[in-house]
Amino acid sequence: MIRPRVLLPVALGTNRDQDLADAFTAAGADPECVPMSALRSGDRRLSDYQILGIPGGFSYGDALGAGRLLGLDLTGWFSDQLRAAQDSGMPMIGICNGFQALVRAGLLPGESDAVLTVNASSQFECRWVTIAPNVASNSVWLSELTEPIRCPVAHGEGRFVTSDLAGLQRRNGVALTYSNADGLAGERYPANPNGSEGDVAGVTDPTGLILGLMPHPENHIRARQDVQRGRLTGGQALDLFRGAVNAVNS
Amino acid sequence: MTSEVALLIGPGVVHGPDSELVANAAGFGVGLDTITELAIVHLRGVLTQESLQLIAERLLVDPVIGWCRDAAIPTSDGPTSDGSTNDGPTSDVGGTITIETGLRPGVTDRQGAELMRAARSLNIDLTAATIGRRWIVTLAESLDPTQIDVLAHRVLHNEVIERFAVGPLAPGFVADEGAPPPTQQILIGEADEDDLERLSQARRLGLNLAEMQAVQDYFFHAGRPATDGELEMIAQTWSEHCAHKTFRAAIEVRDANGQVVDQIDGLLKSCLRAATEAIDAPWVHSAFVDNAGLVAFDDTFDIALKAETHNHPSALEPFGGANTGVGGVVRDIIGVSAKPIAITDILCFGPADLDPHQLPAGVLHPRRVRDGVIAGVGDYGNKIGVPNVGGAIVYDDAYTTTPLVFAGCVGLLPTGSHRTDPQPGDAIVVIGGAVGRDGVGGATFSSQTMQAETADIAGSSVQIGDPIVEKGLIDVVLEARDGGLYTAITDCGAGGLSSSVGEMGAVIGAWVDLQLVPRKYAGLAPWEVWLSEAQERMVLAAADPQPLLDLAARWGVDAAVIGRFTDDKRIVVVNGNEPVIDLDCTFLHDGCPRLELVANVPDTARPERTPVTMSHKDALLALLAHPTIASKEAVVRTYDHEIMGAMVTRPFGGPEGDGAGDGAAMIPPGTSGENAMAIGIGVNAVIGTIDAAAMAWTVVDEAVRNAVLAGVDPHQLSLLDNFAWGNPNDPATLGQLVAACQACRDAALAFGAPFVSGKDSLYNVFVGPDGVPDPVAPTLVITAVGIARKPDNVPLIGAVEPGNEVWLVGPATGSLGGSHLDQIAGYDHGGEVPGFDAGAVARHHEVAAAIDSALVVSGHDLAEGGLAVAAAEWAFAGRRGLQLVCDDNEATLFGEGSARYLLEVRPDDAERFAATVPSAARIGTVTTGSEVAIGSLHVSLEAVQQAWIQPARKRRADTQHTEVATR
Repeated sequence: MIRPRVLLPVALGTNRDQDLADAFTAAGADPECVPMSALRSGDRRLSDYQILGIPGGFSYGDALGAGRLLGLDLTGWFSDQLRAAQDSGMPMIGICNGFQALVRAGLLPGESDAVLTVNASSQFECRWVTIAPNVASNSVWLSELTEPIRCPVAHGEGRFVTSDLAGLQRRNGVALTYSNADGLAGERYPANPNGSEGDVAGVTDPTGLILGLMPHPENHIRARQDVQRGRLTGGQALDLFRGAVNAVNS
Repeated sequence: MTSEVALLIGPGVVHGPDSELVANAAGFGVGLDTITELAIVHLRGVLTQESLQLIAERLLVDPVIGWCRDAAIPTSDGPTSDGSTNDGPTSDVGGTITIETGLRPGVTDRQGAELMRAARSLNIDLTAATIGRRWIVTLAESLDPTQIDVLAHRVLHNEVIERFAVGPLAPGFVADEGAPPPTQQILIGEADEDDLERLSQARRLGLNLAEMQAVQDYFFHAGRPATDGELEMIAQTWSEHCAHKTFRAAIEVRDANGQVVDQIDGLLKSCLRAATEAIDAPWVHSAFVDNAGLVAFDDTFDIALKAETHNHPSALEPFGGANTGVGGVVRDIIGVSAKPIAITDILCFGPADLDPHQLPAGVLHPRRVRDGVIAGVGDYGNKIGVPNVGGAIVYDDAYTTTPLVFAGCVGLLPTGSHRTDPQPGDAIVVIGGAVGRDGVGGATFSSQTMQAETADIAGSSVQIGDPIVEKGLIDVVLEARDGGLYTAITDCGAGGLSSSVGEMGAVIGAWVDLQLVPRKYAGLAPWEVWLSEAQERMVLAAADPQPLLDLAARWGVDAAVIGRFTDDKRIVVVNGNEPVIDLDCTFLHDGCPRLELVANVPDTARPERTPVTMSHKDALLALLAHPTIASKEAVVRTYDHEIMGAMVTRPFGGPEGDGAGDGAAMIPPGTSGENAMAIGIGVNAVIGTIDAAAMAWTVVDEAVRNAVLAGVDPHQLSLLDNFAWGNPNDPATLGQLVAACQACRDAALAFGAPFVSGKDSLYNVFVGPDGVPDPVAPTLVITAVGIARKPDNVPLIGAVEPGNEVWLVGPATGSLGGSHLDQIAGYDHGGEVPGFDAGAVARHHEVAAAIDSALVVSGHDLAEGGLAVAAAEWAFAGRRGLQLVCDDNEATLFGEGSARYLLEVRPDDAERFAATVPSAARIGTVTTGSEVAIGSLHVSLEAVQQAWIQPARKRRADTQHTEVATR
């Protein structure tokens, strides 16, 4: 089996690139963290890769709003490469700041306006959450994921607001939702850590190729990383990354 | 044509009646209903309607919820911070008042800079941009001008870095300052003693007469005047902050009769370093000589250790001070070629509920200090992407005027990969941010006492951090290290280039042209460029700088060659053709006269104890609510402790994630996974004032205890010391410091744990308007770091399995002198304080052996509040009941002491456990119940939760008070 190449673009302030690289490596891919300057100069091109992963962090200091300036990169000088990659069916994922950038760039959710704004608690939140996959999702990213994932969130601007939540839910664009023991978190803190409407933790574009989510599945790949080590088993997120890696390979 | 435009951006944030901001205002007697916080964007450039619309849509306004409009408001004639007055009608129509705040010109403004960069990418050229805030205050009562001033000064803005106006505030664009002032010549050779002292004060050099005379001597023999740059560089190099004069001083110790009982040849040499040399630990690869200590992690990697203080800046500008405190200690780790992998923070504040009327002039309210410091610590760590793995927050009256901020960092590097040997001819390369007037004189400022008016005159001594630039430094330095692109490296912190280049070139010499140093704006005097503590910079020596410059460009980090290392043993600095500094290295680094100080042996006699008259249950619940003991989860949740996915045990855990952990352990990314790095921290606010030696023993023990519960191997521990003390020229204060240092030495020897690095912060004294000095409580923070060889055996947080046994390690009773029980009872009840315990080391080793053999399911150490508090916290963390059999006296329930643990053991393992830990006694069991029973003291987990999770912080989490403001 070939290890698909994964491009992880690194802007000034991106900081979970190594974590995401670790997850893709564990899932059988070959990730590379590439500084934005190397993409701008053409030293590296998106077409050299089979998967795009936009990592978390505080790109450009999150000046002017989380992910805004990275989103501007995506819609600006990078847009031709992105469009070509979309046309070729490349799986893409944006996590936390990467999700914020994909939303700012209009790539997610795709058909309606949306924003990830200041958490309802008005502060940065780092805590473990449970996110449940939408079984009806068409996304390659969810193709091998059957169980809820336990993983941390770490963000100050993660409250998802969209002009058409019902439409997004109808097309099963809501891929991942904050959950508790009873199912949906019901928008209750802290199971829903940011107050997102409809407990939205992650969304896909209509094709299912692009997934964006606020929580950090890349930080729960191995049982050893589990905050519930010794008390619970399972809940790892490796299958999320395997879904895309295997889709590229098949 | 160039024009200026101000745009108001919504929706912003509404701080409701329950918010901290409104509560803060109420604390100052300003009754408000709500405060709406909006961004106000000032732009200058050739602006058309189209370009403004593009900027608004693409760069400023959020879809779905956002809006933007012209920011013009009716002006008011209220007070302004820059002395100007506004013309026009008042704005407080309909019960509202509008206040605007913005950064002072020249303060680091990441938002403004990014806005200009982003506008350029839209082909719009802005000549200036800055983002401030508009506060629309809805009044609950009418306010007089004094109250409005209090609201602006005490609640909404910090004059050290910001300006404000009631009504519109003109943008703080940097004015074109024109040509910089030239280097000044200062005639010092003929000055008399008064002149010398006046000169030291006028320039805030912080040098005493003997030191000034040594300076005079040097220039007399050189036969020329000094330059301002030379005086500033000498003052910086000889500052307490950089030279640790007190810790190197000759000290005469006298007893109560004035008899000399001891002569100390430097505390650093005779105590801390002496212990390290005596232990001669094979795992210590570098101690005391570099930015951070280096110790072995495994066969492949070393870990780098450092802890710093940042007290003075944090007292003035809590966010910026704490922010750059973290940034500084992280740079110390980068400065030994290591990858930062963990941050710690230990914070000491005055009481958050302090009556504002008791606050001395010139002091920020503890609440404001706390909120700012915590936000500053979180902001830097979160943005730089290094997990904050642990710490402590201590509240005590002693810290109201001098809050303490300790920040630590651990790094990882391949063994032997750090290079420290600059060669003559090597280029001097600076990477990172440009130089501004930020932090000029910080090293000398932080070595002096604070006064009521310090905030006014030391404004430029406080720096503002830019963590994403430092994240870039990490990427560049690690790749440069692996590529062998430099021969030496150090961080550029206190003292700026003067300190970093001065130290790197101390043996060989260096030549620098200041015109090659990147600047944020013109107008800086040459010495200001040399001394500026502009943050996020590293200095490297490279035979061939080009690959380094290319690498920095690749990562988007600025870099410049500013000079070269030489072989003439002189520091020579020019500004183009203008000579600025020419100093002999030997004089600079060895010319400072040694301090001779006097210390008095402390009187530690204690009155007999009188019992506390409180029911045990009331006492336990009050202890759980003591701000030092109460849950810090609300704070910890604002720190990213999960990045790197490396944690084995965390600050909080248990089935609900709200149980307090002890030490922290992590498996550093990139290592084999066999070993974890374990870290424990000790601090005590009370005992130091009573008996500084006892405090030292106590906090070393606490740090070790916490590390043991994080799985550490106690045979391979390393320690960091951080002293925060008062004025060492006071013999009583110095006597306490001597006692603490000697106890540190004895404890290090007893534990076989060498000190590898540390930092002292002295002169933590506040002199109020009344002229009475108010020194900080002598405070020592110890950080213990080592290796957890079986990460999977690290005990869990919170009791786990009903039916398991509970064992108490150590004496059944503890000491009550200086205990937290006395604090909640309101006064010192006398009695012995905890301190040296001859059995402590053995007990730690026994517990570590039991953990190594997987015999400990979960555990918690006995710390503040003793057995009762430990049991309550542990039971709540695990959502289990406890049934403990023991005596019902104060010393059993609430006594504090060394090397005491509560451990959970499976019944099947009990026999092996008892053999491994002979100092343990079985005192009870874990139950399915929802009650903690300790002898006749019964408390429900619900009562524990209510007491321990503080109402004020809990409310913030439970009720989401933030709404979206509507237009």
